[in-house]
Amino acid sequence: MSRNFDTIIVGSGPGGSTAADELTQAGQSVLVLERGRNRLIDVNDPHRLLSDYSSDEIKFLDRHFLGPDPWLEPRTFRRSEADGDRLHIGEVNNLPATVGGGGVHADGKLPRFREDDFLVLSELGPVEGASVADWPLTYDELEPFYADAERLIGVAGLAGANPFAAWRSGEYPMPPGAPMYGSTVTAAAAERLGYHPYPGPTGCNSVPYDGRPACNNCGFCAYFGCPIHAKGDPVASLRRALLTGRAELRSDSFVSRILVRSNQAIGVEWLDAAGEVQRELASNVVVACGAMETPRLLLLSGMSHPEIGRNVMFHMQTFVMGRMPFRVHGHKGRSVTHLHDDHIIVDAGARDAARAAGLPWIKGGLVEHCSPSHPIAEAKGYSWGLQHKALMRESPMRDHFLGFCMQGDDLPQSTNAVDLDPSVRDIHGLPVARTTYQPHPHEIAASRYHGGKLKAILAEAGAEEIFMATSPKTTGNLKSSHSEISMIPVSRHIVGTARMGRDPETSVCDEWGRLREAPNVVIADSSLFPTGSGYGPTLTLVALAIRNVRALVS
Amino acid sequence: MPRFFDEQQFDVLSAMLGRLIPADSDPGAREAGVQDYIDRFLGAFTFDPPLIWAGGPFSGRFGGNAGFERFHILTDAEVLAWRTRIEGSLGIPERERLGPVVGYQERYVAGLASLGDDFVELSDAEQDARLSIQEDFVSLVYGHACEGMYGAPEYGGNQGLVGWKNIDYLGDVQPRGYTDEEVSQP
Repeated sequence: MSRNFDTIIVGSGPGGSTAADELTQAGQSVLVLERGRNRLIDVNDPHRLLSDYSSDEIKFLDRHFLGPDPWLEPRTFRRSEADGDRLHIGEVNNLPATVGGGGVHADGKLPRFREDDFLVLSELGPVEGASVADWPLTYDELEPFYADAERLIGVAGLAGANPFAAWRSGEYPMPPGAPMYGSTVTAAAAERLGYHPYPGPTGCNSVPYDGRPACNNCGFCAYFGCPIHAKGDPVASLRRALLTGRAELRSDSFVSRILVRSNQAIGVEWLDAAGEVQRELASNVVVACGAMETPRLLLLSGMSHPEIGRNVMFHMQTFVMGRMPFRVHGHKGRSVTHLHDDHIIVDAGARDAARAAGLPWIKGGLVEHCSPSHPIAEAKGYSWGLQHKALMRESPMRDHFLGFCMQGDDLPQSTNAVDLDPSVRDIHGLPVARTTYQPHPHEIAASRYHGGKLKAILAEAGAEEIFMATSPKTTGNLKSSHSEISMIPVSRHIVGTARMGRDPETSVCDEWGRLREAPNVVIADSSLFPTGSGYGPTLTLVALAIRNVRALVS
Repeated sequence: MPRFFDEQQFDVLSAMLGRLIPADSDPGAREAGVQDYIDRFLGAFTFDPPLIWAGGPFSGRFGGNAGFERFHILTDAEVLAWRTRIEGSLGIPERERLGPVVGYQERYVAGLASLGDDFVELSDAEQDARLSIQEDFVSLVYGHACEGMYGAPEYGGNQGLVGWKNIDYLGDVQPRGYTDEEVSQP
């Protein structure tokens, strides 16, 4: 067994790829191990990007092309211990298992957090039943790394357009792309009611950037890989790392264990494409498997900090949709072009609503102005029979549908946790990640309060037949069996299972993302987040990875 | 010639699709060849590479080379997952890790048989009545029918692009995409 690399990086998504870039720029040699397949970049000629992605709804939405296959690598879910070992085996909040990870399928909304998001406990105060905490760093400390992350990924946006945004040291690297027609309708209505919509910062090139073309608005964005590589998936950081000649990327390599001796990681063990066990030694290990697979790997490696896997958070997604009396063509454009942040602000109205619900405060989340775009998904929503063709031509549920998705903040709860399922095994024979989760009353109250406001905006926009839905489900009898599956959050914003902090008792990682049980292991994904915020995690986890990896090498 | 179904099954399936997504002034599922989509999915592994994932990056319909036609090669694990899903676990231990799996092939064969040998000769109303009491099977086939009707034609359905044409949808528009005006104007 040889030691051929300075650092081994587990996972090639936004966190792992960023770590690979930072480490190789600092002169280190790295081995990046990715459990899924490589459909992104030619490792022998990093200027050549692969051509596997396509605008193909069957392949991406119906047949798990980006992985993981839910039968080969299932996860399990239950609401609480009262449900027994599990309620469900299969897909649970899966992010792609492929080179580029979650960055490949996202439609690239890349907001920064606000100053308050790092100080939830001191600014807003504790909430009963929740483990609300401050971050061990402030926005001001992270700002330079946010700026680096935006330049690296390539973010298009408009500085100053969002009055609630945190301060920034410079402009966005690119101007915003073309606004989608439907979103301009809902944005105008929101403005009339006093809200503050703005062109959302997106990791989609609005102009040619970093050797990649401008987005051409094909409409196959969220859940799809970009066929022309105009998207800010981790291609930029992976390419930079590979071009140094000091990075090796191996796909189809499932890391099953971090090897630890005397509180230091000495390397990792993995299963290669042929199922053979491989080992490699290194001075450091970076873990970037995402907030479900990272705690799983730590537990599989025998780590024992009692907080590992605890406080898993998702965004409570509130969907408010309505039918417009005209066509909105949501299939033209980059999925989402407008956002508004007003519901993140804990103002007097939100405090009143909180008091009525018996809570000290409630916080909503980022609101995405959106509309459905894919016809197979639409067709499956209608029933069979004579009316089918007429409905598809009229398209009430797609081409006339406009609305909002609010990514509601989810409070951390110690009892919401990812652990190892006691008996379900993946294709490698290893225990799978089990999620135990139910929302806090905060999320339900915030969803109802802000959902009502979103309905009013849609009515102002002229929508008919407005309805509201949430994931996880928050209405009806939550204990009844028919709602079990709808209790699994569909959000792919998963955070908080190896939280960073200053107190060794309550935090799995220190303030630099280093694992307390083995400080030469750095976590470089959203597992670190002490709280969820109402924003998507990607840009923040990339900024944190830059900061923490630079600290590791300096 | 169907790849998986026999002629009788294929005829019943085609008739059934004619009721799930019936033609009106526009072609329905049967006219769009959705029975071929389903047949090629259930018979995916009679092709090499199997017809699971069409290639990329472009179809050739709006420029670029026709890459969709070159289906992806699967890894051994992917073959195991898709053959288990399609063929069922059939008592094979490595397919029963999560318990026995009833495959799509078995569900279709049993479901079509349950509609009766005389199904194709029935009136529309009689066919609908038979379908309405086979809720699980109809739900399975309807999901696949939507994919075959509105998915890329390289999978065998949406023949002549009728599924997309009828809803005024261009499908995969890469590498042309949509212009900024098309995105932003009504």
